[in-house]
Amino acid sequence: MSALPLAVPRRRGRGVRHTLDVRVSPYAYVAPFFLLFCAFGLFPLVYTAWVSLHEWTLLEEEQTFVGLDNFATLLTDGYFWNAAFNTLSIGVLSTAPQLLLAIWLAHLLNRPMRFQTLFRVSLLLPNVTSVVAVVVIFSQLFGRDYGVINWVLSWFGAGAIDWAAGTATSHVALSTMIMWRWTGYNALIFLAAMQAVPKELYEAATLDGASSFTQLRRITVPMIRPTIVFVVIVSTIGAMQIIAEPLLFGASSGVGGGAVSGGPDRQYQTLALFVYEQGFTKFDFGYASAASWLMFLAVVLVAGINFLLTRRLKGGLG
Amino acid sequence: MRLRYLTLVAVAFFSAFPLYYSVVVASRHNSALAEVPPPLLPGGNLLANVSRVFDTVPFALALLNSFVVAGSIAVAVMFFSTLAGFAFAKLRFRGRDILLLITVATMMVPALLGSIPLYMLMVKLEWTGTMYALVVPALVNAFGVFFMTQFLSRALPTELLEAGRVDGCTTWKLFWHVVLPVARPAAAVLGMLTFMSAWNDYFWPLVVLQPDNPTVQVALSTLASGYVNDYVLGLAGTAVGTLPLVLVFVLFGKQIIGGIMQGAVKG
Repeated sequence: MSALPLAVPRRRGRGVRHTLDVRVSPYAYVAPFFLLFCAFGLFPLVYTAWVSLHEWTLLEEEQTFVGLDNFATLLTDGYFWNAAFNTLSIGVLSTAPQLLLAIWLAHLLNRPMRFQTLFRVSLLLPNVTSVVAVVVIFSQLFGRDYGVINWVLSWFGAGAIDWAAGTATSHVALSTMIMWRWTGYNALIFLAAMQAVPKELYEAATLDGASSFTQLRRITVPMIRPTIVFVVIVSTIGAMQIIAEPLLFGASSGVGGGAVSGGPDRQYQTLALFVYEQGFTKFDFGYASAASWLMFLAVVLVAGINFLLTRRLKGGLG
Repeated sequence: MRLRYLTLVAVAFFSAFPLYYSVVVASRHNSALAEVPPPLLPGGNLLANVSRVFDTVPFALALLNSFVVAGSIAVAVMFFSTLAGFAFAKLRFRGRDILLLITVATMMVPALLGSIPLYMLMVKLEWTGTMYALVVPALVNAFGVFFMTQFLSRALPTELLEAGRVDGCTTWKLFWHVVLPVARPAAAVLGMLTFMSAWNDYFWPLVVLQPDNPTVQVALSTLASGYVNDYVLGLAGTAVGTLPLVLVFVLFGKQIIGGIMQGAVKG
């Protein structure tokens, strides 16, 4: 990044104004972002911590300071741990296969070929679809009696699976929606990184008789490792915050039991949905804020572990 | 070689099929959904179903709200991000590098974490139920600033700015007459990306809006959750709410994809 020279000779009298312009105006240009972030990003973040230390509901005027009571209650709340388990399960099921598939697709696209743009556009199409649309469409596809997916599975002798009812099946259904929406997007990010890898490496490897898969493992993956780390971290943070999919799945699949509970047996209530249930349907702000903070710690923890794991990624994926 | 094309065609099929199938269902009667095998071709009922959507929820208002919200957010993000990107990429000021680092770091903060105090703040400001609650917090974001910084540090020739300085331009004039024209293509891509994500935003509008004054996504979720067995209605709404965006994307897909991939290269 190059910068403008600070001073260009100019007439007297306009000197002060010029100095002000050059020295101060840059701050004014970046100020909107920082002001907005402080008001609507940083302040709520810090305030969440304050609220979490109180017995704080929408209806009561008075807020009593209760220290870490909310956190202590949470740690013994079975619904909280249930949500933590579901988050982890759906997170792993949706993210791990998705990223492997994305790398492979990017590898397939990383060569001059016909219909390149057409393939890229179709890969990103799901990502343009809103999460509401995705869940409404897939709830229909995953329908027990008349869904297309059960119809296709019936060719292989499967019975009518009630996807929303079970823990494992609902996690698979939700992960499918998340994968459908994000695989193509991540494939394009990987593709962008792959295009920066020097072509000579592949040419030399081809001369040595290395197969396409070996090239992917030995050249591509090590060369784009920073991007892999980046995508893994971003995906992890996203996966820990999954909320719209389970919320809408409960509403539109018709299993009943209330959308915020994530199914009648809470079989797919995620942590974020748990926070939503406490905060915006029970209006127990203190308890919900404490849950938010525990969720944040979990995000940092899981993202940190994944960071260390992916950074150690050496020559191959396995 | 052939396997590669075959795989990609299969992936393209799986990407497009759910969208296609939503149109199939949206153009049928509810009774057709109980058929085995399921209907795989569109029927002739799309318009009737769509007009039912407009009768059931305030969908015209929702479309208008979404256009206004996504449009104003997109314009504001384009402007403020270009402004900040110009400063970060080409101006020299104390603390520049650390401020840019902070900007990038804020992208890692989970947005959901502050939603409760943010909601309380909106109640205090009396913005709940209004579009202010959606637009104001979204006027500029870290991704946009970073995106424009990346682009301008590459695409804006420093000599051009120096020449402007010698001619006596103030920084603001430089921005207006030199930077903006250069930034236009990237800003347009940023605008489209921002418009799409604002249009598709669901969680926050659901929290702060009422069902009688919704955005498209909130109206769609009302449709989907209120009429459990009326899949046709839900999917007809989905089709109307999604297709405009899909059309824009198919028309400008090449530029949008270029933008996403450019924003990604930095590792």
